[in-house]
Parts: sequence; structure tokens; C-alpha cells
Amino acid sequence: MTQEARPTGTGADAGRDSRVVLEAIDVVKTYYLDEVEVRALCGVTMQVREGEMLAIMGPSGSGKSTLMHLIGLLDRPTEGTITVEGDDVSEMEQNDLAAVRNKRIGFVFQAFNLLSRTSAAANVELPLIYAGVPAAERVRRAREALERVGLGERLGHMPNQLSGGQQQRVAIARALVTEPSIVLADEPTGNLDSRSGVEVMAFLQELNTHGITIVLVTHDLNVARHAQRVVEIKDGRVVADWEVEDRIDAAAELEAFRRENGGAS
Amino acid sequence: MNLVESFRIALKALTSNKVRASLTMLGVIIGVAAVILLVAIGSGVQQEITGQIEGLGSNLLFAFPGDYSSGGGGSGAGGPGASLNKRFTNDDATLLQRRLGSDAIVVPVVQGAVTLKVGNRQQKATLAAANEEGDQVFNADYVVGRHYNRSEYATAARVLMLGATPSKELFPGQNPVGRTVNVDGERFTVIGQLAEQGGTLSGDSDNQVYMPTTTAQRLLGTKELSTIIMKANDPERIDQVKARVEQTLRPRFGSDFTVFTQEQTLGILSSLLGTLTVMLAGIAGISLLVGGIGIMNIMLVSVSERTREIGIRKAVGARTYDILSQFVIEAVVLSVAGGVIGIAIGWLGAAGLTKWVPTEVTWWAVALAFTFSAAVGIFFGVYPAWKASRLDPIEALRYE
Repeated sequence: MTQEARPTGTGADAGRDSRVVLEAIDVVKTYYLDEVEVRALCGVTMQVREGEMLAIMGPSGSGKSTLMHLIGLLDRPTEGTITVEGDDVSEMEQNDLAAVRNKRIGFVFQAFNLLSRTSAAANVELPLIYAGVPAAERVRRAREALERVGLGERLGHMPNQLSGGQQQRVAIARALVTEPSIVLADEPTGNLDSRSGVEVMAFLQELNTHGITIVLVTHDLNVARHAQRVVEIKDGRVVADWEVEDRIDAAAELEAFRRENGGAS
Repeated sequence: MNLVESFRIALKALTSNKVRASLTMLGVIIGVAAVILLVAIGSGVQQEITGQIEGLGSNLLFAFPGDYSSGGGGSGAGGPGASLNKRFTNDDATLLQRRLGSDAIVVPVVQGAVTLKVGNRQQKATLAAANEEGDQVFNADYVVGRHYNRSEYATAARVLMLGATPSKELFPGQNPVGRTVNVDGERFTVIGQLAEQGGTLSGDSDNQVYMPTTTAQRLLGTKELSTIIMKANDPERIDQVKARVEQTLRPRFGSDFTVFTQEQTLGILSSLLGTLTVMLAGIAGISLLVGGIGIMNIMLVSVSERTREIGIRKAVGARTYDILSQFVIEAVVLSVAGGVIGIAIGWLGAAGLTKWVPTEVTWWAVALAFTFSAAVGIFFGVYPAWKASRLDPIEALRYE
């Protein structure tokens, strides 16, 4: 497989014409771990365009997760600017950031991050509670979201009664339930076996075809190749930004799995 | 998110950890129940005693040998014991009655302990002896029979009235009037039986026998009186009567005697008992405080244990206020539920204890305990909740 670095803007593709929904401009993030200064990001500029599926790829410690936390408004940059649909959010108050996360962004984490001892349906309802949606509508929308990820039969299951793949699908349902325009996924397949991982990627690709912008963070080129574009990060800097030419179709992969296992679903 | 949702979330968190929630509540339950119970005992005793004294009438005067008014001064130095060498006699009572005339009734009182025998039944009882007007100063209702009269007093007749306890013990299920009782070796005739009054802290007022003072003095081999009680006919003039009593006794006793009015006795007693009640409430309050610290401890543990949960909630859109209210409500629900259960237990406990100790559940103790437990919840819940709400979402999510 060819790994070809292209500076942003040189590729003539449809994505270029789309609106920028998320943007990081000269972003620096510095941590202090026991008084040792750690520069996780040293001046990153990148854009996420509306409707694209983007992978942020890099080895562990490269700062890719930090970058996702920044564009997901879970963290604030030390320097630089983050914009969401053109609005500068760097100076926004915590509570306003919470509202933006609630309405516009959905999260999928490597560790699923579901509330334990809380049913799948209740987990999916969670963002709606904070959005102030009435109870009856919450229940309905949570059920619909879970049905959409194929868990309509497991509304009342607790996370520990679900497999890893199912838990991640609950997390995807939770990310979708507020109908956000952007879904951020941090190593969504990292804790899953390869088949469950492919299932999750298939969901993300399907969401993308419905117009939802997907940002994927991964260290794995094979996962990154499910996206349309890859931004490579190393040592806190963007080192490459390229369009994926031989994009992997997760649905086809899943089909291959099915054939191998003799049609077992 | 509204308060109802915060409530629902808080309740869910509590019910998913029932053992811990109930152990935390236990501290508050014990504290609140203790406050209510101890205050109920304190004020119950207070009411009972003041009620008994008030029942005697507000126009009573009590003359005691010994100087109780000047704390350690005069001939009272060394405490009341030093001044007991000079006691009242019948002559003092007679003199008082002559001086007071129709302004007051003078009742000479002898108290002691006697052993009663009927056949092979035996009962120890307190002796309270007075003159024919003793029923004016001792609270007494007759079940059957009568009080001893003037001639029985004058002749020191061997007659007595039984309190409820000795009549039950010596003559179970029978009318004792007309029967013979052996009192410290002498034969007495029962002329009356008194109604049951219920126990008091000062002793069992039912386990008493009543007889003329003269008879009692002969029985005990003394000419002395324990105390002299006077009842003013006009309550308005009680202070003048008191002055006359002091004037009458001073030539023989100097300052070596004390005259209390009913009001003074009441005042001393109720301030004493009030202090007792407040002290009991204070002790119980400390246990309530400890219960509150228990809540704070659990809430702090709960916050650090649920850091990840806080991170998840924040990631999906919970504001600072949402987290704050969730944890504050958790703490308040714990303490208010504990408070309500504690009130119920304290109330039931107080009701159960009335068999042995007079109790009275006061509304202010209930209000105080409840307010205090709610305040404890808010006070000790706010800090952990505030700590939780300020967590950075990403820090909270990374927490292991």
C-alpha cells in the first residue's frame, strides 16, 4: 500500500469545497507531569471539513488523542485557537463548552466509557437528559438509536452483560442520539477483536454516508484506511495529510468474515 | 436539566449502592433518634416534676432546717449537714400556726422508712406523716376510706392510709380498710387507700404510707419534724406569709433554716432540669455531627470513586451545575431520609420508654433534629459535590 504525503489543499477533491466544521490553528498543548514539562502538541494546524471521514493517525505518544480532546472541547489548548463551525471556542466557559459537546459532538472512546450498573437504554439517554429532553421522548429516541446499531433487543442489559463490541455499539448509539453533526472516535476498535472492530468501522462508515462528519483517532493504518483522509501526527506535529486512495469498505470486510465463518451472523 | 432529573439520578446512584447508603444513613439515624429521645426524656421528666409540684398548689411554703440560701456562709458552713443539729419540733409548728392564724394552714411533716407486714407478706415503704390537714399538701385521691382526723392526730392513734403499692402488695385484690397492718412491730389499722399516682424520678410516690405526725414520732422515737409545710389561704399574700414565718422562726433558729415558696422551688427545679435537657440535647447533637462527617466521608469517597462517571457525564454535556446538584441531592437525600427514619425511631423509642421514664416528644426537638440533619447533609455534601463539579472532563475521564 502506498503511503503518500500530500500537503493540505493540493488534492483536488470534493472535500475541499466543503465547509470547515472543526479547525485547530497553531495549537500548543503543554502538560506538567510532576513538574516535568511535556509538550504534547507543538503548533498543530488542521481542519475537519463537513461530511468527511478523517483519520488522525500516529504512534502512541504522538499527541493524536490530545488533539482529539482539544477539537472535541474536552480540553483547552495552552496556545492557539479551536473553532467549531467557525466559532472560536478557546475562550468559552466550561458550561457553554458542555452545551456544544452535548448538541454538536458525539464521542466514542476506546474504553467505551459507559456508566456501569446502568442499562444500555439509560446510558444512551444520558446526553438527552442534559439536553433537557422530556422523559418520554428520551426513551423513544434511545430505543431508536439502539435499534439503529442493532441492539434493539438489549435495551435493559447492563454493560457487564454485553460483549465489547456490543458495548461499543451502545457507545455509538449514545454518540448518535443527540443527532450531532460530528462524531469523534478515539481508537474505537482498540479494545475489540478484529470482527467487532470491523463492525464498528462499518457503523462509522454508514453514519458518514448519512452526512455525519467522522473524526477517527488511531495508531493503526488499517483502521485509518477506512477514512477518506488521513492526518499523520508525530511528536506533536502534523507530518503528513493525505487522501486515502484505496479506501477499505468495512461492509465488504464484514461480508468476507461472514463467508469465512459459514454464514454465522 | 431540571431538579427532577437530578433527583432521579441521585436516587439511582443511592439505590445502586444500598449497603453503603444505609450505613451512611445509620449515623444520621442514630444522631437524630438520640436527639429526640434524650430531649423527650429531659422534657418529660421536667414536665412531670413541675406538674407534681404545681399540683400541690401555688400557695405552698416549705420550711427546712438548715441554711440553703447563703451558699456556704453563716452557720451553714460545711453544707447542710452541719446545720442539721437543730431541727423543727411540734412546738415550732404550733407556734407558727398561732402566729399565722387563719392566713395559712400549718402542716408538720415527718418522713421516714418503715417495714409493713401482713401475715407473712412484707413491704418496705416510705412514711409521710402530717396532721389532719395533710391532704391539703400531699396530692391524694382516695380509692376507699378517709383521711385521719383531728382526734386521731391528737391521740397519736395507730391508723394509717396505704399508697397504691403497699395496698396492692399486702392486700392483693382486697379492700384494706379496717384491716390490720404491722408497722415496724406495731399494729395499725388501715383507714384509707390512695389512688395510683405513677412513678416519679424522686421515688415511687405510690409506695408510701400516711399517718398522723404524732403517731409517726412515737413510732420512730423522735420529737422532731422533717419539714413544715404551710399553705397560704390567699395566694396573693404568700410573700407576707413567708416573711411572718421567717420572723417567727428567727428567734430560735437564727438563720439556720430556709423557707421556700412553691414558685422558688419550681424555678430552681425547672432551671436545673432545663439545663439537663439542653445537656442531653448537646450530647445527642455531637452524635449527629459525627453522622454528618460520615456523610462527608462517604460523599468524598463517592466522588473519587465516580470520577470516571463524572467525566463521562461531562463529556456528553453535563454542566457544572448538573454535577453539583446531583451530588448535593445525594447527600441531602441521605441525611433527610436518615433524619425521617431517626425521627420515627426516636418517637417510637420515646413512646416505648414511657413505661419506665416519663417522656415527652417536643416539636422543637423534632424540628431541630430534622433541620440539623438536612443542614448536615447540605453542609457536608456541598464540599465533595463542589469538588466533583469542578473536575476537568478529560482529567476525570483519564482517572483510573
